[in-house]
Amino acid sequence: MEMKLNDMRGIERAWEPGLTQVPYWLYSDQPIYRAEQQRLFQGPTWNYLCLEAEIPESGDYRTTFVGDTPVIVARDDEGELQAFENRCAHRGALIALKDSGKAQDFTCVYHAWRYDLQGNLKGVAFEQGVNGMGGMPPDFCKEQHGPRKLRTATVAGLVFGSFDDDVPSIEEYLGDAVLEKIERVLPKPVEVLGRFKQTIPNNWKLYMENVKDSYHASLLHVFFTTFRINRLSQKGGVIISETGAHHISWSKVDHQAQESSEYNAEKLRSDKEGYALADPTLLDGCDEFGDGITLQILSVFPGFVIAQIQNTLAIRQILPIGTDKTVLNWTYIGFADDTPQLRRMRLKQLNLTGPAGFISMEDGAVGGFVQRGIAGAENEKAILEMGGDSIETQDNRTTEASVRGFWNAYRSYMEI
Amino acid sequence: MSVFTQERLTALNAAYARCIDNDELEQLGDFFLDQCLYLVTTADNYASALQAGIVYADTRAMLQDRVMAMRDANIYEEQRYRHIIGAPVLLEQEGDTAKAESPFIVVRIMRDGSTEVFATGRYIDCIVAQPDHPLKFAERIVVCDSCNIDTLLVIPL
Repeated sequence: MEMKLNDMRGIERAWEPGLTQVPYWLYSDQPIYRAEQQRLFQGPTWNYLCLEAEIPESGDYRTTFVGDTPVIVARDDEGELQAFENRCAHRGALIALKDSGKAQDFTCVYHAWRYDLQGNLKGVAFEQGVNGMGGMPPDFCKEQHGPRKLRTATVAGLVFGSFDDDVPSIEEYLGDAVLEKIERVLPKPVEVLGRFKQTIPNNWKLYMENVKDSYHASLLHVFFTTFRINRLSQKGGVIISETGAHHISWSKVDHQAQESSEYNAEKLRSDKEGYALADPTLLDGCDEFGDGITLQILSVFPGFVIAQIQNTLAIRQILPIGTDKTVLNWTYIGFADDTPQLRRMRLKQLNLTGPAGFISMEDGAVGGFVQRGIAGAENEKAILEMGGDSIETQDNRTTEASVRGFWNAYRSYMEI
Repeated sequence: MSVFTQERLTALNAAYARCIDNDELEQLGDFFLDQCLYLVTTADNYASALQAGIVYADTRAMLQDRVMAMRDANIYEEQRYRHIIGAPVLLEQEGDTAKAESPFIVVRIMRDGSTEVFATGRYIDCIVAQPDHPLKFAERIVVCDSCNIDTLLVIPL
């Protein structure tokens, strides 16, 4: 029987109102991917670009991405932060080809069109032609051409950018609670300790959900629970911004952890007895922020995470590069005034995080398990009912409230 | 005659690769001194003297802990490596200690049969010779050529 194109296009793409069910087609649909680029990443959101400490002087620049769009972020001659597309106004080639550098201006390699540090088109090669022949038309106006510019804003040394002129101020966007918790972990000048990229085989939203999912932490990551770094029965909670867009999950370690009946009753895999480190100096740390909080995972919609795990501080920039592939750019940081002892503690504790992290390596794989698991089940749905159906701040971590918060913000930006 | 012959350096690398690829990781610590440094980093970080690694062990015990975690704590899909380690180059030698460098390719084989180059790079080693003992690593810095790690790194490189 002949199948008409309309029939093939007629695949149902339904999504009931609410936040407790997420249909799986959202993780593989190409039109959704394109819409996300427009409405989220290039919409009225703030996207992490780099650290101020990475471009301290005029002429310093880094190349990065907002969603899948290449971006240059530079410090101009006045010391101001500028961000613009890494796309030549002429034929669309990348303007800068390095991760970072120092420049007086940028010249596209293709036809040598030249831009200043603010992204203004300043030079067109052979604009007047050669020997009176060729050249651009006399009415060509360089001021009317150039890569799209982003608004920039900084918070505690983090540089964010937005393609949308009408985006709220960064302070309004984040809200007081998120601002305060960012400032909590970035109270003084930072230093980059290392950069790593991790490519994961799943849709970016699965990773952001995982980041915001405080329910999974002690179940999937057994290393965490065994050493009492994080247990659901400990003191901890989830702070969720008003629209659900951003979140903070935090906990305090109880070194005299009592037996937890919920864990014993369920004989969870994550509570192995008799497990001890041969070299416990791995976990040596200090309460450097003076509040006893040993874990603070903070996410900013749509794709930024800064996490403090004991004395480790790591930034993650989450970048979609297709419906089923995501890049995580990890930046490990310390403070410029670290003592040698503290720096060494950070280097050791960094074993906990990143692509090979004792309590984070699973997160690199679990999204892929979902992506493969949902193949052919586009109209089936994930269940997000742990802790009810709200997106309110909760004083426990056995909840999916912040994951629902993600979807609340997502539906609002996407108008879906 | 030097104790750091090409033959001994090559044999050390061969035994190290065999230990990992044959899944005899409980013996991995035997290749290192008690106080040592095993670091997995990237060429970019190494060139910029950025100290952090994705794996950082400064004692043999810490390396053994990583193997223990891999066996009992961490969750990952079945996978194995095949190391191909190129000829070592002896860079410096002073008494019982030598610096050497060896290029490597590690292919990762997943449970579905997919076989892909997972990492390439160079081992930058500080190797110590003790009388009547095999050569041991005081340092093995794994400098990956690429900044990218696919999915996760669980088995040491």
